[in-house]
Amino acid sequence: MGKAELPLHAPGTQVDRGYIGQSVPRANARRLLQGRGAFTDDLRFPRLAHVAFFRSPHAHARIKKLDFSQAIKGEGVIAVFDGPTVAQYCKPWVAVLAHLKGIKSPPQHAIAIERACWQGEAVAAVVAESRSQAEDAVQLIEAEWEPLPVVVDMEESLEGKNIIHPELGDNICFKREHDTGGVDEAFAGADVVVEDTFHFGRHTGVCLEGRAILADYNAAEHSLTVYQATQAPHMMQDIFSRHLGIPEANVRVISKDVGGSFGIKVHVYPDEMATAAISVILRRPVKFVADRLESFVSDIHAREHRVKIKLAVSKTGEILAFDLDDLTPIGPYSVYPRTSGIEGNQVVNLTGGPYRHQKYRAKMHVVFTNKNVACQYRAVGHPIAVALTEAIVDLAAQKLAIDPAEFRRKNLIADDAYPYTFPSGIKFERLSHHKCLDLLLKTMSYEKLREEQSRLRKKGIYRGIGLAAMIEVTNPSPAFYGVGGARISAQDGATLRLEPTGMLSVLCSVTEQGQGTEGIFAQIAASAVGVTMEKVRVMTGDTGVTPYGGGTWASRGAGIGGEAVLLAARALRSNMLDVAAAILKTDKAELDIKDNAVIGKLTLEKKLDLAELGRIAYFRPDTLPMDFQSELTVTRHYTPRQYGFTFTNGIQASLVEVDPDTGFVKLLKHWCAEDAGTLINPMLVDEQIRGGIVQGIGAALYEECLYSPEGQLLNGNMADYLVPMSGDMPDIVCAHMETPTRQSQLGAKGVGEAGTAGAPGAVMNAINDALLPLNARVTAMPFTPERILKALGKV
Amino acid sequence: MEQLVETTLTVNGARVSRRIPARQHLVDFLREDLGLTGSHVGCEHGVCGACTVRVDGEIVRGCLMLAVQANGCRVDTIEGISDSKEAARLQKAFHEKNALQCGFCTPGMLMTALDLTKKNSKATREEIRAHISGNYCRCTGYQSIVDAIEEVMQTEVPHGQG
Amino acid sequence: MKAPPFAYAKPGTLDEAFELLGHPGAKILAGGQSLIPSLNMRLSAPELLVDITGLPGLRGITLEQGVVRIGALTTHAEIERSGDVRKHVPLLAQAVPHIAHPAIRNRGTLGGSLALADPAAEYPACAVALNATIIVQGKGGERLVAAADFFKGLFETDLEEGEIVAGVEFPAIGKDEHSVFLELTRRQGDYAIIGLAAHWAGEKRFVYLGAGTKPVLARQAAKEKSLEEAKTALARELDPPADLYHSSKTKLHLAGVLLERAWNSLSKPH
Repeated sequence: MGKAELPLHAPGTQVDRGYIGQSVPRANARRLLQGRGAFTDDLRFPRLAHVAFFRSPHAHARIKKLDFSQAIKGEGVIAVFDGPTVAQYCKPWVAVLAHLKGIKSPPQHAIAIERACWQGEAVAAVVAESRSQAEDAVQLIEAEWEPLPVVVDMEESLEGKNIIHPELGDNICFKREHDTGGVDEAFAGADVVVEDTFHFGRHTGVCLEGRAILADYNAAEHSLTVYQATQAPHMMQDIFSRHLGIPEANVRVISKDVGGSFGIKVHVYPDEMATAAISVILRRPVKFVADRLESFVSDIHAREHRVKIKLAVSKTGEILAFDLDDLTPIGPYSVYPRTSGIEGNQVVNLTGGPYRHQKYRAKMHVVFTNKNVACQYRAVGHPIAVALTEAIVDLAAQKLAIDPAEFRRKNLIADDAYPYTFPSGIKFERLSHHKCLDLLLKTMSYEKLREEQSRLRKKGIYRGIGLAAMIEVTNPSPAFYGVGGARISAQDGATLRLEPTGMLSVLCSVTEQGQGTEGIFAQIAASAVGVTMEKVRVMTGDTGVTPYGGGTWASRGAGIGGEAVLLAARALRSNMLDVAAAILKTDKAELDIKDNAVIGKLTLEKKLDLAELGRIAYFRPDTLPMDFQSELTVTRHYTPRQYGFTFTNGIQASLVEVDPDTGFVKLLKHWCAEDAGTLINPMLVDEQIRGGIVQGIGAALYEECLYSPEGQLLNGNMADYLVPMSGDMPDIVCAHMETPTRQSQLGAKGVGEAGTAGAPGAVMNAINDALLPLNARVTAMPFTPERILKALGKV
Repeated sequence: MEQLVETTLTVNGARVSRRIPARQHLVDFLREDLGLTGSHVGCEHGVCGACTVRVDGEIVRGCLMLAVQANGCRVDTIEGISDSKEAARLQKAFHEKNALQCGFCTPGMLMTALDLTKKNSKATREEIRAHISGNYCRCTGYQSIVDAIEEVMQTEVPHGQG
Repeated sequence: MKAPPFAYAKPGTLDEAFELLGHPGAKILAGGQSLIPSLNMRLSAPELLVDITGLPGLRGITLEQGVVRIGALTTHAEIERSGDVRKHVPLLAQAVPHIAHPAIRNRGTLGGSLALADPAAEYPACAVALNATIIVQGKGGERLVAAADFFKGLFETDLEEGEIVAGVEFPAIGKDEHSVFLELTRRQGDYAIIGLAAHWAGEKRFVYLGAGTKPVLARQAAKEKSLEEAKTALARELDPPADLYHSSKTKLHLAGVLLERAWNSLSKPH
């Protein structure tokens, strides 16, 4: 095996990494900088019609009557549709998966039939020449409702006094229990037991680009082209095909530029399915873009949990056992196709994750309510699990008067303990908790910060330092969804083609929403083939063009898509050398490719320009041996197999100052030490972490979807729902360890969600650390000034 | 009935005359009628800043101005400040520091950043953060944007073009 | 969210404007920074928007005989940039950077803010704290209204149908007078949770924004000799309405914090 065929993480060998590991600016950012991107709402089509939805003002009500007689007469109105009409063209779905035992949910239609189950659910669609005209006509729809009992509170939902779907028997979508055994004994024998109850506020993604879909049905061909801001175009291709009854290969899904996704845009939305169905019905292109107000009541929400957690600890600070009880309310339907049971499931899987205890018990319920639907959002379950774990660990450290960093050091799984199976059943290939802890403490000058904190306390200035150790799920195998029966692909493919002029085209099934997917694929391809970066063009997000694959979710793009690109690139390189050997009439083993030319491997002498290789291969094959055929297009796929999930690890720290008079929190600084395996582009990795951290800060301090007892969303606009803005955010320092995964040649793990996973826990711990001398403690996110003032006893 | 109002304005240096629905806001007019889709719509209630454009030299929310109110005005969009190279130094710094990911906030963010480089070319990091505090970005967490703007400030030429 | 249809007119003279404002369903459009969001969200549906930004005589900042007169169409940005305001009406200069963000300040106007009378807005509280005079113009001519009498209730002013705010007169700050403006927000540029416009010209004037349906003058607190007594008095006279995130108790507590900070700031030797 030549040096170019070794894994990048092969020890003891100098593998030429090329661009891998370099902070190369992204080529596809250029168009975005000039406003010359192509987001779905930017596209123009002949006869394009626009949809606006009539949405239920009630959280739970029977639709007694819908009168479209005035609406249909509206200026520019083409059609008005109700649920039963659209249902003739679009089959309903049930969001359950076999591996989530016992999960249940009723069928959901594209447009509600008979009953609206949350405020904001679409109950009719108006199609018009312009969005303005469609909205005008929506106001002309007359509806009669019969209000039904509204279930909003999670405890009440669990109790089941009012059952939202009587045919299901109760309001439980999914429940899970896990018990290693020996937990009661561990608690009985523990020197210290700490417990607390934490609340996490329901919040949502707020992507700056609203959900957008433009569906174009061609009646002559019975084919459907959908331009959609989606993370998973192949998944959507399958779903449009099955639910609209159009053969799979007749459906093409294209994701152009996407203005942020964060998991929000990986789900199936009824209003988007309705839009596609309407294109079929009307036989013309139809567009729907969710505006901001409707986004708040229709984009998935996430992360509402009430968790009781107990920790058993020895008097010398060893963690003995965790025991948790998690209750989480979703909307009235499990969301398709990934189900709304996953977030709670992850809380069970991940709580306590960094630590080496053996005993664990968890109980978890996911219950239906008449609030907006909820499903996976960036870092799914991790922010909850990490915050719970790290907060209860800090509480134990406090009780035993052990420094929080030292307490963690005593309990983090040793760096040489791998492979390791954790009490919840998850398996770790190889992590670096201790190295990351050391790196973090050094980077932040932990001791100095503690001294400064102590000094300032005497002056009545209350600073807090909060740590949050974490593990993160990345590069999932089919164990995540496929095993449950979901047609969600855990494998991805890359096609690499050498163009006649020596440029390289890369087509990959992983998608881009700004994280830099296309950039890193160009780096990998260029490095592995031997061309320079500006010769590479990457294309993603088109089911008609790329290989079949899973798209972007669960931090899998770099590790899985990147590996497919690497494998294809190495194979292409080999084929190119075959052509070169035939042209040059030498042995392939004597050749190499570097800087857009075939060179002598030992002499480094340039022998053949790739443009010349291309010219001959494509236009003058008559000059090559009779039995020789150039194959300059290569496709390879990759599926992670050995581990269900490739876990990464990291640890974050937050430094805050709390004003005890106002309850305001000032974020002074934030740090993250992270191990994501081989880093392809350190700048992009750091930026993913920073963006993720700020999103997590949003959860900790600002973001909450507030509902009235009647199930009305009270703050569904940008003035009342608070997202982090620049004026209040800290600078964030990132540092890295690199423990490559051996499951791939590239060795890259994922990192897209790490920031969000750890930040809420770090900030919570920092606030509580600041409040410690004031005998105050907060446990309900977001930590508003009111909640902090209440904890301080000032209101 | 939609009232159409005769409106004449200059967009990116080119004179435009149209009969515009009174209710259409400026950014929708730019996007739908002139095909200048570089300015984006994020909230339509003036909070997110994605629609930030320049009218008579000052940044405004394109969603909070009726297109008919731009009668007689000079409007500059991201396409204009790109082609004129007015934004070139900022765009280069943004590119090199990855001060954008999905790019949806970027045109509005660049408009606001350009405004700052003209108004306060010695702005501190805090002042930079304050000036862009009305431009929502969900992807970057803002630090790289502040870094990029700071770099342009620090290498500003005396007669400073942004 | 697209606005509902409406008619639009841009009068060139005050007489034309008053004529148009006589139409049923007519609404004034100036900066539009509050009106247009409400139209986009379909919270209001006027029949006719009367754009007054073309009217003469409603702009400009002048200082004459101890009075700073600011035209109603003067934007927040112009006020922010004004050396005269900084020197002679420092309370306004302190308040203006709190108003939203630069792009909003480039369009929003003084007159618009006062006429809207949002209880969380900065200018109404400043106007009351400074004993400013609002200049109102209508078909019947001009009249002057003391700021304290101008704000009547939630989004309610002394303006009659068809009248507009033409300008505001602020007394220039005197030699031994001091002002301080404080506001609490969770994020820069947000609507205030609570704010305090404080002016000390012999007697103290503490005017709160976000503490009631209109600016609230804390009369009792201002009369007290000590800060502690003032805070106690404040708790008796202030009953701030709760908002989405803060109970009335919390707002009252925060009002007390601002009182303390303003008191200490005004008491410092200058």
